[in-house]
Amino acid sequence: MANSVSIRKLSLSFGAVTVLKDLNLDIRDGEFIVLLGSSGCGKSTLLNCIAGLLEPTEGQIFIKDRNVTWEEPKDRGIGMVFQSYALYPQITVEKNLSFGLQVAKVPKPEIDKRVARAAEILQIGPLLKRRPAALSGGQRQRVAIGRALVRDVDVFLFDEPLSNLDAKLRSELRVEIKRLHQSLKNTMIYVTHDQIEALTLADRIAIMKNGVIQQLDDPIAIYNKPRNLFVAGFIGSPSMNFLRGELIETGGKTVFRTNGVDFSLDGYEANGPLAAGRQVVLGLRPEHIGIDQPEADRELHQAVVDIEEPMGADNLLWLKHAGHTMSVRIAGARRYAPGSQVRMSFDMRLASLFDAQTEDRI
Amino acid sequence: MANISTLNSTAAGFDAVSPQVAGPSGRKPRKVLSRRNIILYGLLIVAALYYLLPLYVMIVTSMKGMPEIRMGNIFSPPMEITFEPWAKAWASACTGLNCDGLSRGFWNSVRILVPSVLVSIAVASVSGYALANWRFKGSELFFSILIIGAFIPYQVMIYPIVIILRELGIYGTLTGLVIVHTIFGMPILTLLFRNYFTSLPEELFKAARIDGAGFWQIYFRIMLPMALPIFVVAMILQVTGIWNDFLFGVVFTRPDSYPMTVQLNNIVNSVQGVKEYNVNMAATLLTGAVPLIVYFVSGRLFVRGIAAGAVKG
Repeated sequence: MANSVSIRKLSLSFGAVTVLKDLNLDIRDGEFIVLLGSSGCGKSTLLNCIAGLLEPTEGQIFIKDRNVTWEEPKDRGIGMVFQSYALYPQITVEKNLSFGLQVAKVPKPEIDKRVARAAEILQIGPLLKRRPAALSGGQRQRVAIGRALVRDVDVFLFDEPLSNLDAKLRSELRVEIKRLHQSLKNTMIYVTHDQIEALTLADRIAIMKNGVIQQLDDPIAIYNKPRNLFVAGFIGSPSMNFLRGELIETGGKTVFRTNGVDFSLDGYEANGPLAAGRQVVLGLRPEHIGIDQPEADRELHQAVVDIEEPMGADNLLWLKHAGHTMSVRIAGARRYAPGSQVRMSFDMRLASLFDAQTEDRI
Repeated sequence: MANISTLNSTAAGFDAVSPQVAGPSGRKPRKVLSRRNIILYGLLIVAALYYLLPLYVMIVTSMKGMPEIRMGNIFSPPMEITFEPWAKAWASACTGLNCDGLSRGFWNSVRILVPSVLVSIAVASVSGYALANWRFKGSELFFSILIIGAFIPYQVMIYPIVIILRELGIYGTLTGLVIVHTIFGMPILTLLFRNYFTSLPEELFKAARIDGAGFWQIYFRIMLPMALPIFVVAMILQVTGIWNDFLFGVVFTRPDSYPMTVQLNNIVNSVQGVKEYNVNMAATLLTGAVPLIVYFVSGRLFVRGIAAGAVKG
């Protein structure tokens, strides 16, 4: 498949501060890419570079196989949606939508046609004569999306578009953006710090930290096989349980030992040989730990319930075991009183093992 | 309906336990004139009177005839109201050889004021917009130098400017004075506009750039309509500043093109003949009327919330 957006060795620094470091990224045609990271990781900066609002210090940007590194934003075939909507306050919704087309001197009938089409897709027809101040947050964001839509762009850029909305609207618009992508099949690049948005929307997620892409993969791979400790800790709520320990050789098998307790690693698919004596971190997701579910091939660990957090569909237990507090997610109907004894079992096929020094998956 | 009944039952439940009949605890806020309010309003009224008294004296004096003024009761209202002094101040008071009153100075001032205000605001708003949104290499340095200009005393620059205007051949003309006013308004106005445009959401500017608008299109179609409040502020600053200017007026113009302030000074300070206090008062009030009117009229135009709706509201 052809690449829609390619970024080659992109670097950007403001004086002594380096925001993006030697960054490479290939985005396929029609793909939905989410740039995910905490604030200050450079995800919005990268988006602004793609949009042409920031000039990179080094490196090149290609859109539709055209080198657009030094091109004006309007010539790049991109549309952008901002967190604060950025609607022009003094003109009506209709004029907000047609502003870019007027500037580009598109003939009037064509403008009307495109505005009508965008209004239909986004269901904002009745709002066309209103001013932005008279719209709700969700309606404003629809108009902002419409502004990108009318310009018939190749690539949509979203800069945390849902962060200003309340939880209910956010999930509604999330679904709508996904539907929009399914019907338009445009390339979309979406910046967010919300992992739910990332996991639900993305074809592939790029997790960023300190201006470097830590992992670029589809959501399931990122969730189940995080490449390093940062990715593992960033994705998932409540976050993955991390146990610090070392690899020990007993009875011809390599096991994980922490605070004197051994964990069998049967079933774990390692990237390479697991050498005994290595300092490692074992990562276990709360939903990959079984409670009182004895299975023949798994060892059982005794633990004590510290705190129980019923959340409706799920029930979250905080267990004390081997000097660690671990969170475990079980079905909401299964209740345990604090202080009760439980037996934990671990599905090592879904566990992650990281080197304690390099923090990379092993 | 179900809600109300639940509420009622809850309230009843409360009644049983807590002494709700006694009403809310604490002191009810009172709206009557308390001692605090009397002191507050008293002080405000005294302060207002203190500042209004000179104005009152000026107005009553300007409507008295000279014999009545000589009686010395400056606070007493006029026994016989006359507008003669006003007419004289406007149309026939003498300054030097000219005996056409303040009217000449008024029109000179208008001829100075209108272009100075328009040109200075136009230039400053565009430079403020450029400094806020189109940062170029060294723009911060440029801005700092401009701001330093606001702190240098005018007097230092008068002689060099006289020479510059002479060399340009516009010394003593209204054009020269307009240029001087425009330049001296620049630092503070640019600061004003730059800070205002910086406070507008940056994303609006980015969105306009993505929509393909250029420097002037963004300025005229996006920024200008949102900047009405700051234009009013700049206009008030410039109108009062330029209208009240005396120094530049007396230095950079010739007697037949003196602005109103200079002419007022010449009327009030003329040493020949009797001091006509009523005419002087009327002339001063006439000169001060323009900035006052501008202030009262455009004060209403301080429109707030123009940018509302652009960002999360």
